[in-house]
Amino acid sequence: MGVNEQSGTNGDLLIELEDVYKIYQMGQEQVKALAGVSVSFAAGSFWAIIGPSGSGKSTMLNILGCLDRVTSGRYTLENNDVSMMNDDAVSELRLRHLGFIFQSFNLIPQLTVQRNIELPLYYLGWDAEESAARAVELARRVGLEERLGHRPMELSGGQMQRVAIARALANDPRILLADEPTGNLDSATGQQILELLRELNEQGKTIIMVTHESDIARLANKRLHMRDGLIETVEED
Amino acid sequence: MRRLKVARNIWLGIENLLLHKLRTFLTMLGVVFGVGSVVAMLSVGEGASKEALQQIDKIGIRNIIISSIKSVEEESQSTTRSYMSIYGLTYDDRLRIEETFSHVLQAVPVKLIRKSARLAERNLELRVVGTTPSWFELLKREMVAGRELLEIDSKNRSGIVVLTEFGARRLLATENTIGQRVRVGGSYYEIVGIVKSEGGMAGNIQMPDEQIDAYIPIEAAKERYGDITTRYTSGSRERELVELHQMIVEVDHMDNVESVAKGIEVMLKRFHKKVDYRISVPLALLRQAEATKRTFNVVLGSIACISLLVGGIGIMNIMLASVTERTREIGIRRAIGAKRRQITGQFLVETVVLSTAGGLIGIGLGLLIPWMITIFAGMPTVVTIKSVILSVGISISIGIVFGLYPAVRAANVDPIIALRHE
Repeated sequence: MGVNEQSGTNGDLLIELEDVYKIYQMGQEQVKALAGVSVSFAAGSFWAIIGPSGSGKSTMLNILGCLDRVTSGRYTLENNDVSMMNDDAVSELRLRHLGFIFQSFNLIPQLTVQRNIELPLYYLGWDAEESAARAVELARRVGLEERLGHRPMELSGGQMQRVAIARALANDPRILLADEPTGNLDSATGQQILELLRELNEQGKTIIMVTHESDIARLANKRLHMRDGLIETVEED
Repeated sequence: MRRLKVARNIWLGIENLLLHKLRTFLTMLGVVFGVGSVVAMLSVGEGASKEALQQIDKIGIRNIIISSIKSVEEESQSTTRSYMSIYGLTYDDRLRIEETFSHVLQAVPVKLIRKSARLAERNLELRVVGTTPSWFELLKREMVAGRELLEIDSKNRSGIVVLTEFGARRLLATENTIGQRVRVGGSYYEIVGIVKSEGGMAGNIQMPDEQIDAYIPIEAAKERYGDITTRYTSGSRERELVELHQMIVEVDHMDNVESVAKGIEVMLKRFHKKVDYRISVPLALLRQAEATKRTFNVVLGSIACISLLVGGIGIMNIMLASVTERTREIGIRRAIGAKRRQITGQFLVETVVLSTAGGLIGIGLGLLIPWMITIFAGMPTVVTIKSVILSVGISISIGIVFGLYPAVRAANVDPIIALRHE
């Protein structure tokens, strides 16, 4: 993994996008999902990216999560120039630096809660006992230590999202990326999940959350409004 | 930390396959039958060739058998009244063969004379085999009781006889066979030994002895019966002068058998006006048996290969379906940080586990089928370690070959699209 030292002086600047374009070819037409975005996310902050559908917020999150590549521009994640990396190195980056929380939880249905939580550790090469210990610890942290042997289908939505959060924390990343984390939950449960995210932020995790609800976005310290692939405004508390 | 990784990956693969037990089982069947038929086929081929080898071994792999035969011209002339046909191998042939070829260890002479034997009230047509003690050594005949012919018998032209077990039973049907005196065509012989009967044919070479033989020293045969035999058939008298009916030539090494046989053929052609002899080489028969086995293996092997191919395609088909079904899982794993080759590995391990398990069950089947063939069809079968190892190798290779494409396809799934996949 190539480590870029040029922004090393700016230790708390975790993520930086410089003039990023993401262009999709849709038949004859070119669709600019991101049309020149420059923004940086500092360590320890809690961001919300808000915008209507088609505003480019999901594309933004995919790029931040190293699932998608920029068409042009530069994306730096923890001093690594992601735009220059090959697929293996990008996978490694996801494995070591990022945790994902999805709207639809994305747990693997045939695996137990414990196995789901252990998944990143498996790819990190941890052995079985260490992984199990870590899974128990994380389950306790999200209040699900009783459910380790259950399969996702046996859990409620809120519980599934807690498992997903536990899994996102397994590799102890500095950055958590959440894509509409409360989108499939009722408001009370959603509130609990947001509360959990807030706690995690207070414990030092940098959180970037995509949402289309301004109520939810209000929980974040910083809000990035997007429209038509561009950043409209940036609000800070 | 990573030392148990392989075992763990295999275990995870097994766990995943166990989620769909019926599907896994059905997918495996193709390989089970494919491998089963490979093992069974090889065992039948091996059994057949081993049996052929045993039969040939009884005649002796280093032996050349030369038999006297009546040539075609002789056959037509013999219908003339009181004509004496003279044909076949001579005492001189034997000496020439022993002296000419350095690779020949010995040429054992055999006189075959049909005589009727009589003991008390019993009569039995038998074949008197006049030969030397070496005959027993060359043909590895097992003694049931008593002793073989000895050098001293030859020297003394003793009136002793060794009977076959079968003949002895027909003639005597009692114990205390040894020491009894039997009359064979006018002369009396003391029974000194009983040799085990060796039935019938090996391939298409007639064995040098038949069920009911009486072995006597060749010197005694010469003295008592002479070289001329007379047979009375439907009013006509057939007289034949044959010095030696058969000769068993022992060659020093397997590699020289064929060249010596050629040499003997050339030599006999020079000294015999007519072709009144036939040369049989058991080794040639072995070669032939091996060639047959090869053909057999190729034909059955291709059939087994086709069933393995079908099995492999079945596995590939199911794995492709599985990749589609688990697209979302692949997306999740990729998002978490799995590399492409780890996804490839995961699916490949599953396919290899599937095909290897199928292969192992197939080997079980492949052991069962020959066993049943032996019991119900009476055919000899031999399962060799080699064929079992080959089968394991084949099944692992099937897993790799047919699993690679689905696995690579899984790895190339775009994680963003995969995560949206329902």
